[in-house]
Amino acid sequence: MLSTEDIEAIWLTIKLASVVTLLLLIIGTPVAWWLVRSRAWWKGLVASVVALPLVLPPSVLGFYLLLAMGPQGPLGKLTQATGLGSLPFTFWGLVLASVLYSLPFMVQPLHTAFEAIGERPLEVAATLRASPLDTFFSVVVPMAWPGFLTAAILTFAHTVGEFGVVLMIGGNVPGQTRVASVQIYDHVEALEYSQAHTLAAVMLVFSFVVLLALHVWRKQPSRAH
Amino acid sequence: MAEIQARFHLAWPSFTLDVNLTLPGRGITALFGASGSGKTTLLRCLAGLERPRQGFLRFHGELWQDGQYSLPTHRRPIGYVFQEASLFPHLTVLENLRFGLKRNTQARPADLEAAIELLDLVPLLDRSSVNLSGGERQRVAIARALAVRPSLLLMDEPLAALDYARKQEILPYLERLHDSLEIPLLYVSHAPDEVARLADYIVMLQAGKVLAQGPLLEILAQLDTPIRLGQDRGVVLQAQVIEHDHQWHLMRLAFDGGNVWTRQHDLPVGRKVRVHILARDVSLATRPQIGSSIQNQLQGVVDAIAADSHPGVMLVRVSVGASALIARLTKRSAEILGISVGQPVWLQVKSVAMME
Repeated sequence: MLSTEDIEAIWLTIKLASVVTLLLLIIGTPVAWWLVRSRAWWKGLVASVVALPLVLPPSVLGFYLLLAMGPQGPLGKLTQATGLGSLPFTFWGLVLASVLYSLPFMVQPLHTAFEAIGERPLEVAATLRASPLDTFFSVVVPMAWPGFLTAAILTFAHTVGEFGVVLMIGGNVPGQTRVASVQIYDHVEALEYSQAHTLAAVMLVFSFVVLLALHVWRKQPSRAH
Repeated sequence: MAEIQARFHLAWPSFTLDVNLTLPGRGITALFGASGSGKTTLLRCLAGLERPRQGFLRFHGELWQDGQYSLPTHRRPIGYVFQEASLFPHLTVLENLRFGLKRNTQARPADLEAAIELLDLVPLLDRSSVNLSGGERQRVAIARALAVRPSLLLMDEPLAALDYARKQEILPYLERLHDSLEIPLLYVSHAPDEVARLADYIVMLQAGKVLAQGPLLEILAQLDTPIRLGQDRGVVLQAQVIEHDHQWHLMRLAFDGGNVWTRQHDLPVGRKVRVHILARDVSLATRPQIGSSIQNQLQGVVDAIAADSHPGVMLVRVSVGASALIARLTKRSAEILGISVGQPVWLQVKSVAMME
């Protein structure tokens, strides 16, 4: 069965994924909206940077982040100067890394959803006295609602499944950075195969249920549109 | 009358809009022209949905655009009806109608009620906006634009996406609107029947430029106007139903200067209608005709003559009371009859198209 450490790791994973999903909803939404609406020439540049974690080996991303967060890195200097302390091997360091790593999983579904709305509803809203911000919340968000759900689920699931970046940034601090994927790795390293099995099965079922739920949700006859 | 002053210059790779207009502050103004003539672009400039670099727009003394300055669309007191109804799919009919009302301090619930009543929307209010027919959807869109209590109403071919039957369903509502509306309505259309039926004023656009403009009935009666409603030249007269002849299924329409018989329609005596009389359906005679199948004969005086597009024919304008009709005849007929300005003539009107 699951040990106390296993359960602790699962809780930590859920906490990490929840915080990251919430932060990415706040960060990813304006980024996706900007990518859809902007006509700036450097839009392609931003889009590529956002998509980079999709193709980059996690260890590469983790390595650069570790350098940046380290005592000599620009981020590390900033966090120390502002009294936040050092980020590597802490929960919040992990959060920062995960936000970057999971960014495309939030931005891309939102981008698709925003793009599908098109120009017309925004124009209609403007002729009905809605300011751009008002239009965003009263027209865009309700119309892109399935996109938000997909993005949040994918981000959450992807953060749960993270391993390489965690190992580079967070290491293996119990209760701080030892998430489920790392815990499985530890079990295997220690040749505790039955414990690795249990935890791995939990992860497998979780991932499967998430994808199944997403599939069912998308298949559902559309309610309001 | 000059309540709207608009000057726009907009250059796209394949299209240039270059207009300088003064439009009346009341009644229905048709922006008329073929596809690609710039009607919709002009309307979008007026709404602020298109931002030409060079432009000037003043509405009732209020500056909406001047060079770089442009009042954002959501701050302009307009109502806009798009070609496709574009209702918000996540809202019900009533919520769609209330969308603008909630955001406009000028609007009052009474405006919404009036709009709902004008367009007969009570049975639809609780419906989802996606389960409506095309005609119903467009009625909701028109009411939604009216409910914000606009000072200027803009409609971009609101009937173009509808089939003939749906179009006939909406037109009476637009006519009712015409009678009750106190604000100017700019109506983009390429359909001659809609323009003949609704417009007070017409702006004819061609390749991004204004070809001609003026009060519709007057301008159609000018021989040198380039405006045609449809393929042939003709005049539109404002008339009124004055008599039904049930035996022969005919009805008599009176206009300022005379009256004509036409096929009977289900319209009450007193109803105002517009009729379209084409130049090719009018012939001239120097004496009243006996033994002719054409029953509509009017007496008038020739007041202008002009060449037509073909060298064999010419156009003759005849004033009949306060109205004018245009006849097309061959130059040979004109020569034989000795048609000249000031001459009294009899007109035979073969066909009167009623716009209803």
